[in-house]
Amino acid sequence: MITIENLSKRYGDNTVVDDVSMQIEKNSITVIVGTSGSGKSTLLRMINRLVEPSAGRVLLEGRDTRSEPAHLLRRRIGYAIQGHGLFPHRTVAENIATVPRLLGWAPERVKARVEELLHVFQLDPAKYSAAFPHELSGGQQQRVGVARALAAEPQVLLMDEPFGALDPIIRAKAQEDLLDIQRRFGTTVVLVTHDMDEAFHLGDRVAVMSGGRLLQYDEPAQLLTHPADPFVSRMTGLGDRALRLLSLTSAAAVALPGAAPGPKLQASASLREALSEMLWSGSQSCEVIGIEGGAPAHLTVDAILEHARPG
Amino acid sequence: MTSGAINPPAERAWPRLDRLGTLLVAAGAAALAGLPFVVVKANRLVPGEPRALTEVLPPTGSAACLAPLVVLSLVALFVARPRLRLAAALAALVGLSVTLALAADALTPPHNRVVRIAAGGGFWVVLVCLGLLATDAITRLRPGPGRRVLFLAGALTFVVAALASGFFDHLSVMREYQVNAERFGRELRQHVLLALGSLLAAVVAGAPLGVLCHRIPRIREGILGTLNVIQTVPAIALFGILMAPLGALAAAWPLLERIGVRGIGAAPAAVALFLYSLLPIVANTVLGLKRVSRAAVEAARGMGMMPRQVLWRIELPLALPVILTGIRVVLVQNIGMVTVAALIGGGGLGTFVFQGIGQTAIDLVLLGAIPIVVLAFCAAVLLDALVEVMDRVKQ
Repeated sequence: MITIENLSKRYGDNTVVDDVSMQIEKNSITVIVGTSGSGKSTLLRMINRLVEPSAGRVLLEGRDTRSEPAHLLRRRIGYAIQGHGLFPHRTVAENIATVPRLLGWAPERVKARVEELLHVFQLDPAKYSAAFPHELSGGQQQRVGVARALAAEPQVLLMDEPFGALDPIIRAKAQEDLLDIQRRFGTTVVLVTHDMDEAFHLGDRVAVMSGGRLLQYDEPAQLLTHPADPFVSRMTGLGDRALRLLSLTSAAAVALPGAAPGPKLQASASLREALSEMLWSGSQSCEVIGIEGGAPAHLTVDAILEHARPG
Repeated sequence: MTSGAINPPAERAWPRLDRLGTLLVAAGAAALAGLPFVVVKANRLVPGEPRALTEVLPPTGSAACLAPLVVLSLVALFVARPRLRLAAALAALVGLSVTLALAADALTPPHNRVVRIAAGGGFWVVLVCLGLLATDAITRLRPGPGRRVLFLAGALTFVVAALASGFFDHLSVMREYQVNAERFGRELRQHVLLALGSLLAAVVAGAPLGVLCHRIPRIREGILGTLNVIQTVPAIALFGILMAPLGALAAAWPLLERIGVRGIGAAPAAVALFLYSLLPIVANTVLGLKRVSRAAVEAARGMGMMPRQVLWRIELPLALPVILTGIRVVLVQNIGMVTVAALIGGGGLGTFVFQGIGQTAIDLVLLGAIPIVVLAFCAAVLLDALVEVMDRVKQ
């Protein structure tokens, strides 16, 4: 758990982060979202002390982060950034091994961990261990960047616009990978982005920042149904908020028992996708497949619309 | 444009003429016809009489000697394959050198050690043309850095072995060498020592200074500005400026004088070269560090590297190719500049150059100048190869 208490950062008269307090739950993905200059990156960088706070403090598992030297703290926290920041003069394996080596792991342990991570990130060790970053595609470079951040098995992973430089298709894949990885390792992820769609898709909780202040820190649905500030509504978008709300609930969560005519839909799909599918096929219902237990299930347009408004 | 069929160009009856080849063959042929091949002097100081090649060797002899040149001309004009062009150029270089040596032998009366046979304008122009052809062929072959160094080493070994064999001993430059053999070794060593020593000192002092300039932008302007001003002071003036303080130092501290610190000699030369070397080293260190990906440095810090580790493991290795480019500039520049050090008693190959100028003995000038050019060339090839190897890892 990460506890942020009254954290501020000032450069002269300019307050970049203004008295932010929040609790980040263990094993969750928290997304900090805001426009550029909102202070979101600075807030993230104060967690691993790349930026030292002007006031306030950060507790990691109840311990003040200032109780140990900054470089030792950072070795316990994963860090991945936009444009991956891979070391161009080091191979993929050497890049991933950076923090384990700084921590003085035995060479066999380092090697085993590197191979494990390459497998997890769908990179064949035989082919990619000895490759240099410039020989990889953009998506592969990004995956190596995240693998490197996770190399020393950190409890916490900080990500600063990690998918910002990727094209939409690779970005979607990278987001799915991150969700998988988070489930697999149970890492606590704090991710900064300016992309509301990304925030809604990835975040268990989303923090909206503007002008250095934390406007609202809540579950995505709450941001839509109970915005704490007009700026939050503007960020989430008024025009398609009903559809955004639908995108937060899975078909499995609200499926009705029994079979029904209409297109087939995976249980993991969102209500938004279900509605789209029904509109497209002109059907009033659809069949939900892949429910746990294998029982027949369905959704109707009316049932979906129930979930498209607040309350 | 019409959309109709395009007629294929008619096949050429003759291969296309190589442009560079045409130019160089024309220049070489004109030089051989119009300029003396050798110059004969009764002794090393009197003006020489020019001789054309046909005046020196019997017709059959000169024809045999020039055969490689004729073959080369045809290759240079009509053949595009770089390997063949290189082989022909090298064969012609050997042929040309042998011709010169034979001409010197033919013109030297038996047991006469006074008469001087020097290469004439015709020889030098053809030599340059052949050198350009060979370089052009090598460039077209695009050899890797390792091959270039190997080729240079091979060529050097071959030339040194040929000169040591005694085959060229009747040439005037070699006569000068025989007279000055012992001094030549000493001055060559001194030359290299001065050039490398001041470079080393400049790297030891300049690289940290560059890192400092990179870290503290406030001092960058001041330091680079000062070094720029030093760079604009002419070498001779700098030697003069240094004479007074170094002389005073030596007078005040006899111990310093005993280890060679004096107003004249090697000390002011080394200090001046060191000062000239600083700008390229500091400037390239700053530039190299500035070019390092900010994301890589940010990631290194974010993963828990200490500032020292970021510098040694990330920033310096990535800046190294640019720093090496600065070192290359300095080394080549130093090898040339050491020459002037001879004027203030600093030694080096410049000693022969200035002595030769003083005596109007052009052969003695060449004895100093040719090795300087060769040294600078070798330094450039070696360091270029090194930079290329380092730069293989793309940013």
